[in-house]
Amino acid sequence: MGLIDRGLAPKPLTKMLNLARSYSLWMYQWGLACCAIEMAAAMGSPRYDIMRLGVIPLPASARQADVVVIAGTVTDKIVPSLRRLYEQMPDPKYVISMGSCANCGGPYWDSYSVTKGVDQIIPVDVYVPGCPPRPEALLQGVVLLQQRIRDEDAAARWRGETAERGEPIVVGG
Amino acid sequence: MSGFTTLAGVSDFLRSYLTVAIFGAAAALLVGGMLGLSRLIQPRHPTPQKFIAYESGVDPVGGGWSQSQIRYYVFALLFVMFDVEAVFIFPWAVRLDVLGTFGLVEMVVFIVILALGLAYAWRKGVLRWV
Repeated sequence: MGLIDRGLAPKPLTKMLNLARSYSLWMYQWGLACCAIEMAAAMGSPRYDIMRLGVIPLPASARQADVVVIAGTVTDKIVPSLRRLYEQMPDPKYVISMGSCANCGGPYWDSYSVTKGVDQIIPVDVYVPGCPPRPEALLQGVVLLQQRIRDEDAAARWRGETAERGEPIVVGG
Repeated sequence: MSGFTTLAGVSDFLRSYLTVAIFGAAAALLVGGMLGLSRLIQPRHPTPQKFIAYESGVDPVGGGWSQSQIRYYVFALLFVMFDVEAVFIFPWAVRLDVLGTFGLVEMVVFIVILALGLAYAWRKGVLRWV
């Protein structure tokens, strides 16, 4: 039926849904390389606890995730898996690209086997630069993403209009 | 005495089933309401990938069905027996004040007989997780 898609839902309802969604993100962790260690520190360690922001980093599969964090070098070999798992996530979904390898190829920009940036495969909402970025940088990315979710136009986003994604957020810049 | 209608039109016996019916209807309404509300406001973007089995991004191999292990029949057997015992104990417990000491001793004998069966099963080793 899609009340929100067709714009029939009242504004206060979509505002409330945005608020609820932004504080209950289920984060699918795509730890590929060294950035995975920093991501694990951000998710699991008590110092940089991400659960205090409302983010639960423990979905059992892509099917239960709201946001995916690509942390590490994306090689050409894993790209079909990445694309398939992104498509298996239910809408509305968000992508955080963590580390310079996932942003643009990073130190392996000249390699024959590295995909120079995960945004060649999937649309990215937040770029977190760093090699590796500190866990606080990832948390800043999550906070900025939460602000973006709270302020976004749910109807346009849920219709899947890519223009409504807005400019990707770059942490620290 | 429970079949004929009172002045209110419905006997007390049937009225107690009304409570169960209202409870069931409330449960169905609650679940249906939540799923229906979710269906109303969710975005729907079906992609082909959303309809295949999840296997960490690789092509799923093998069927989704597996055989049940028939050796777990022992647990089903024991469950049925002790469940029927519980079914007998419930109405007895409700009417214990009427049945008195005689009823108590009778039920204790019943439970002891079934406990002997449980002891036999225990000694045979069927309670170990095979």
